[in-house]
Amino acid sequence: MLNTLTRWRYRFWPDHLLGEILSKRWTETAVPVIVLLMVGFGLSRTIPNFLSPSSLADTARQAAEIGFIGLGEALVVIVGGIDLSVGSMFALTDFCALYTLDVLNWPVVAVAAATIACGAVLGAINGFLVGYLGLRAFITTLITLIIYRSAFDLLIQRYSNQIASAFPDFPTWNFIGGGDVVGVPSIAVVYLAVAIFGHIFLTRLRPGWHITAIGGSRRSAYNSGIAVRRTIALCYVASGALTAVGALFFAARLGTVGGDIGVGLEVIVLTATVLGGITLGGGRGSVTRSAVGTLIVLLITNGLTTMNARGGFTRMALATILLVAAMIDIRWQKNRTRIISKVYVSPTYHDLPPPPTTEIGKGGPFEQNDRLRDVELIGLGRIEAPEDVILDRHDNLYAGSRHGDVIRFFAPDYTRMEIFAHIGGQPLGMAFDRKDNLFICIGGMGLYRIDPDGKVEKATDETNRSWLSVNDDSRLRLADDLDITDNGLIFFSEATIRYEMDEWPVDGLEARGNGRIICYDTNTGKTHTAVRGLKFPNGICVASDGQSILFAETFGCSIKRYWFEGPNKGRIEVVMDNLPGYPDNINLASDGNYWLALVGMRSPSLDLAWRMPAFRNRMAKRLPVDEWLFPNINTGCVVKFNEKGEILDSYWDLHGLNHPMITSMREHRGHLYLGGIANNRIGRYKLEGADPNFVQYEKRWGRLP
Amino acid sequence: MKRFRVTQQEIVFVVFAVLFAAFSILLPGFLTADNMLTLLQNVAVLGILGLAMAIVVLGRGIDISLIAALAVPPGIVLQMVQNGHSLPASIVTALLFAVVFGLVNGWLIAVAEVPSLFATLATGIFVAGLGQAFLFQLDVVQWSPGMEGFQRLGQGAIFGVPTPIVMFAIACVAVAVFLRLTRWGAYTYAIGDNPNAARVTGLPVRPIIILQYVLATLIGSFAGFVMAASINSMPTRIFNSTLIYDVILVVVLGGIGLSGGRGGVLNVIIGTLLIGTMLNGMTILDIPYAGQNLIKGVVLLLAVITDSFLNPRNEETAQQGDI
Repeated sequence: MLNTLTRWRYRFWPDHLLGEILSKRWTETAVPVIVLLMVGFGLSRTIPNFLSPSSLADTARQAAEIGFIGLGEALVVIVGGIDLSVGSMFALTDFCALYTLDVLNWPVVAVAAATIACGAVLGAINGFLVGYLGLRAFITTLITLIIYRSAFDLLIQRYSNQIASAFPDFPTWNFIGGGDVVGVPSIAVVYLAVAIFGHIFLTRLRPGWHITAIGGSRRSAYNSGIAVRRTIALCYVASGALTAVGALFFAARLGTVGGDIGVGLEVIVLTATVLGGITLGGGRGSVTRSAVGTLIVLLITNGLTTMNARGGFTRMALATILLVAAMIDIRWQKNRTRIISKVYVSPTYHDLPPPPTTEIGKGGPFEQNDRLRDVELIGLGRIEAPEDVILDRHDNLYAGSRHGDVIRFFAPDYTRMEIFAHIGGQPLGMAFDRKDNLFICIGGMGLYRIDPDGKVEKATDETNRSWLSVNDDSRLRLADDLDITDNGLIFFSEATIRYEMDEWPVDGLEARGNGRIICYDTNTGKTHTAVRGLKFPNGICVASDGQSILFAETFGCSIKRYWFEGPNKGRIEVVMDNLPGYPDNINLASDGNYWLALVGMRSPSLDLAWRMPAFRNRMAKRLPVDEWLFPNINTGCVVKFNEKGEILDSYWDLHGLNHPMITSMREHRGHLYLGGIANNRIGRYKLEGADPNFVQYEKRWGRLP
Repeated sequence: MKRFRVTQQEIVFVVFAVLFAAFSILLPGFLTADNMLTLLQNVAVLGILGLAMAIVVLGRGIDISLIAALAVPPGIVLQMVQNGHSLPASIVTALLFAVVFGLVNGWLIAVAEVPSLFATLATGIFVAGLGQAFLFQLDVVQWSPGMEGFQRLGQGAIFGVPTPIVMFAIACVAVAVFLRLTRWGAYTYAIGDNPNAARVTGLPVRPIIILQYVLATLIGSFAGFVMAASINSMPTRIFNSTLIYDVILVVVLGGIGLSGGRGGVLNVIIGTLLIGTMLNGMTILDIPYAGQNLIKGVVLLLAVITDSFLNPRNEETAQQGDI
């Protein structure tokens, strides 16, 4: 009863989503968005008419003016700098707009162009000093803040009267200041357009990526050939120009040049930037965050003003928000990986009945023996991690190695070896197709094809993404083993979509159905996911009926059959379950049965732990990784089974001295070739009474004419 | 092989000498004993603030909140005395406030690891806002009769030298003793030179950083006391001025590199003298306030550019987020 409850709780409650969601970048944007919604909701309850169209339009105008400056500041912060001079630039460009309009009587278009150019020049000064001369951004823009402000003070002393006495009345000017497009203020429309472009620029275009790269690591960006100085300088130019755009709208809206314009603006903009979640120091940030941060700050300051708070109180509120946001941001960046690694592992309920006995003297098909003790060794010390082994029709032996090579041992004595092909990722399962191409699963990379000359080609590294996945499951993380059907479909297993190759045992700790079987069609080149939700699917072998595949679920301790054709198409049937060990690769035997490798044997402790998800959860959270309970992969065996799922024979190496572990085996001309992912050798075992002419290749694809 | 190199200190001293000589020759009334005392008196408060900033900058930090430390604690004293409290109690309260302020700064920077300029930018705004909203009734906190005796901190003369100059001298000696003769001073240099090395060597990095900010805030408040005593009031709107930039100017011009660990009290004195000479000369030349700011800004910019050439940032050890 309790077990059933536990099972249902773990089957239907998606524990694993928390870690996946937290490791997404957009969760960092989600926090400010939630804050914004809360602030908006709170204000709409306390301030009457907060949500009326006119009030919203008014807020939008102010927000967009600051929003433009915020966009510029965001760029500068992402590239790893800071721009404190925005307030003064705002004042100067505001003056520039009104001076050219009111005193020089320029047309509005020229005014706009001149204002933006003025902002760009002011920004270029910052950019030159910070980008090219390599000054510290903070102190430099602090100084230009003083200089620009003094220049502004000197200028308004001379011209404020002339500007104040002019009353410009141009339709375009008024439209900039107060017009709207179907009810939306003109500035909001422009801001939206700029923001959308900015988003595409930052996330999809090369210069945007350069900016993020420089902010993330200046040295690496420089070493990879990015024009660091120019890019930094241009960010400041953009900051100046965007500030000028904000100032242009401000000038058109209010038309004044008061002495305190833009004073303290840098603090507001900076608070907005940090509050939106754009990390100080660079490398992280987005347009959305900048916009959200601006809105929060503006709503709070406007709200406090409306509620008649004293000036000092607004300051205190802003300062507190700035500090809290900066602290949370810094803490989160520092501990992010640790927090995610703590919650990412989410064990689930996995109940297995007691395993069949393997003890000597107790009988049964799995009774241990020492038949593999005296296997011949091939390539001892010259090969590392041959997960799978395969032989071609010329009796040559192929195996993968940890260094990303496919090694070929030459018949007949297998002492001479060469690197057949270099791929770069760890080669796992292998299979020959009808035309002597070697298809091979590469952990972390996908499915690859090596033609008989050793040329490597990618077959596929992606499949269709499922709709509700949080982790992008269109990329292949751990393609494991494969087999090829008569009409050119390649079925391969992907052991897990939640972990990388080096963390595969953690998936066993979770014991959730994270794996899947994927089908690649060599005729069309299309890939699709055939079966989902499998517990570490591993070995795959096309069954003798040609309409189904047999596959092993390593942590499900079972062998299943999946029909891809014929009357039973799509059905899955259990062939064997409750194996005493963790099944790995499956291959054909000469007598029409199948070989199966058990990579490790089950242990009572892990079986028990699999029924106690909360225990494993605590373990994963509180203990360091190297003290976790992991599946045992020290001892294993090879068994032979038939279509009905009966074990016919088993081969053990009890002491594990000669051939420590087994992940795969191939029968070839009366011998069994053994591979093991932790081994530095390939084993060769003489089978008694096996067909001495059996060649798997010829069995599948026919003899050479 | 030893290359011939000039330190920034020497350059600044030469600039100061040339400027001083030029003003002495060209400006009538510059090189008089009265004007010299006025010059020093005008920059004494700035100099004391420079000392406070120097301690923090030597430890590879920066304290933007110094003006709040300058304005608010003396404001508290004046306001409390106005409200009928005794002068000693008010001073103790103000000093406690300053200590707490410094502790908060130090905690944010050393423990919460917020970059110093953001932490102090925010706390400065916070404290100024606190004063504006809750502590002071008027922007300019006025003198009241209970303050009798306090003005001796900033008015009059001791042995013919105006008191603010004496106070500056006392502060100089105190800070020099701290930096040169105490273990904590040596730690400050070590932390400024290389915080990570200081940490692995076993220095109490966090407590020392906190100590730096507490000292800076206290010295800043002392400058505020001197200022309040000499003008008999505390104009708290000083927070909105550009005074903090002048303080940074003094420190950077004097040759204390912003990357920390280099410089001392002598640099602050040189920087203060140079600024004093510039301001005094410009005032005699009748340059308007905005123009003076412009010139100061340009000089500061040149100083920072020179600084970055003489003490280039070490890109190898520069940390991400070190802006």
